[in-house]
Amino acid sequence: MNILSLLISALSQGMIYAPMALGVFIAFRILNTPDLTIDGSFVAGMCVCAVVTITGHPYLALLCGMVTGALAGLVTGLLQTKLRINPILSGILTMTGLYTINFMMLGGQSNLYLQRTVVNSAGAETQVASDTMYKTFRNFLVQLTGNRRLDNNLSVLIITGLIVLAVAVILSVFFFTRPGMAIRATGDNEEMVRSSSINADMSRIQGIMLSNALVAFSGALLCEQQRYADLNFGSGMLVVGLASVIIGQVFFGKRSVTLGIFSAVAGSLIYRLILQAAYKVDMPSYAVKLLSAVIVVIALSIPLVRRKIAEKRAERGEEGEA
Amino acid sequence: MNALSLVNLKKTFEKGTPNAKVALNGISLEAAPGDFITVLGSNGAGKSTLFNAILGKFRLDRGRIVLDGEDITYEKDYRRALNIGCLYQNPLRGTAPSMTIEENLALAYSRKASKSFFAVNRKDCEYFRSLLRELNLGLEDRMKTKMGLLSGGQRQAASLLMAIIAEPKLLLLDEHTAALDPPTARKVLDLTKTIVASRRLTCMMITHNMQSALEAGNRTIMMDDGRIVLDVSGEERANMTVQQLVARFRETAGRDLAVDRMLLG
Repeated sequence: MNILSLLISALSQGMIYAPMALGVFIAFRILNTPDLTIDGSFVAGMCVCAVVTITGHPYLALLCGMVTGALAGLVTGLLQTKLRINPILSGILTMTGLYTINFMMLGGQSNLYLQRTVVNSAGAETQVASDTMYKTFRNFLVQLTGNRRLDNNLSVLIITGLIVLAVAVILSVFFFTRPGMAIRATGDNEEMVRSSSINADMSRIQGIMLSNALVAFSGALLCEQQRYADLNFGSGMLVVGLASVIIGQVFFGKRSVTLGIFSAVAGSLIYRLILQAAYKVDMPSYAVKLLSAVIVVIALSIPLVRRKIAEKRAERGEEGEA
Repeated sequence: MNALSLVNLKKTFEKGTPNAKVALNGISLEAAPGDFITVLGSNGAGKSTLFNAILGKFRLDRGRIVLDGEDITYEKDYRRALNIGCLYQNPLRGTAPSMTIEENLALAYSRKASKSFFAVNRKDCEYFRSLLRELNLGLEDRMKTKMGLLSGGQRQAASLLMAIIAEPKLLLLDEHTAALDPPTARKVLDLTKTIVASRRLTCMMITHNMQSALEAGNRTIMMDDGRIVLDVSGEERANMTVQQLVARFRETAGRDLAVDRMLLG
């Protein structure tokens, strides 16, 4: 593969994971609540999408994936607000429960390919690949350009990029509407929201649902792109999302919500570029999670390290004067 | 009709344990519309507990709370907030730091605002600007500034606006100037008096400053051990000095006033 196609491949993956980064951004940055449901809802999105896509409804599948994520978020939200269970534990509980549900959706297997068995006229069984959004769009592009050797990743990048752009714009607008602002304020000062006669529990639940819907949507997109769903794909997804959000912040800052939304998307793209570069120098694929964890640790420790350095400097400065 | 009626409010925290604490021991109070009641009492007298009971932060053991003819005893806290504005000692409690001044005001105003698509809109902003102008702090020109960048006094003044922005039936002020430096505290207190008077709000204000308790408002109550032990208004109050107030407390409560944090001057 040449550099350009590597780049396109990385960016297309970055776009697919961008809604997940947006979900993490909403949970961690806007609601200020660590939500571990994310690992589970990503896989839930994948599984539902796989099952529905196989029945021949690839677009409905994406929608169903998203709704499933929202429902997972609803469960976590209710645990947090109505039963007052610690947010981290609430997420872990939902995630753990989801594992069983995801397993059942995949029919007791750990993965499911987007294909179905067809018996042809001769009575032989053959596997037919299910239609996906990506397949349809690539065919459309091939017809449009007449280029039968069109880079598959390029078509993935284009359609996913358009979707992500739409999602980011809608979200940016949403957070300035009344319910959107109530969600932001709930993450910022929940007591003030209650004092303003807004049901903060409801805003919190809405926020968690939105966040997990986006995460599951990301899982659904990935499922259609790679043409299979895998039960164990979600573990560590949260860290990947967090890494994307933090990387985005490093590059674009966090001055406003809108900027935060677009920098989460950018962070997802940059994160995949970093991974691609790491693969290029022969990093084994199983090292991805360690790399993600290290990125997050480094990024989170930067403010403290900076302060320590400043303190040390001040100390030395004082000694110099004395 | 009374603006606020409290009927025999009782609350014991950690009931049935050795730590049981009677916080409200049969509080009854009738406030007429436009009453500005200052609330005095030493630490642990139950002043903040009384406010929290009115705000619905916990369920009472007994008693009824009637606000403007409507029984709100069993209403959820956020529903009561539709008609009750409150302000606490800590200026950080009333505002969302990472949101702008206009967004904070818009959120507080959402109680009464017409349901527009965007939370911040031009019509409401004009109203916010006119309110901010009343503060004389120059905040009307900084409406897009994040709340977290304001000083404590500015934030408290903004919180005051947020508490009254939706024209509440009752305003509760829980030592809202205690965390501010003296000049700022005076300014915020003056603002409070002006705003309460201009809107004829029914208001209760907890304070530790006996002088300002007598100066502000038209009625003063003093609490001790979960009860109201003193309730003065009218001419009696107008002629009262701090010393007389302390003496009256001794008479009714049967002991000396614990002058822990209370300021006599």
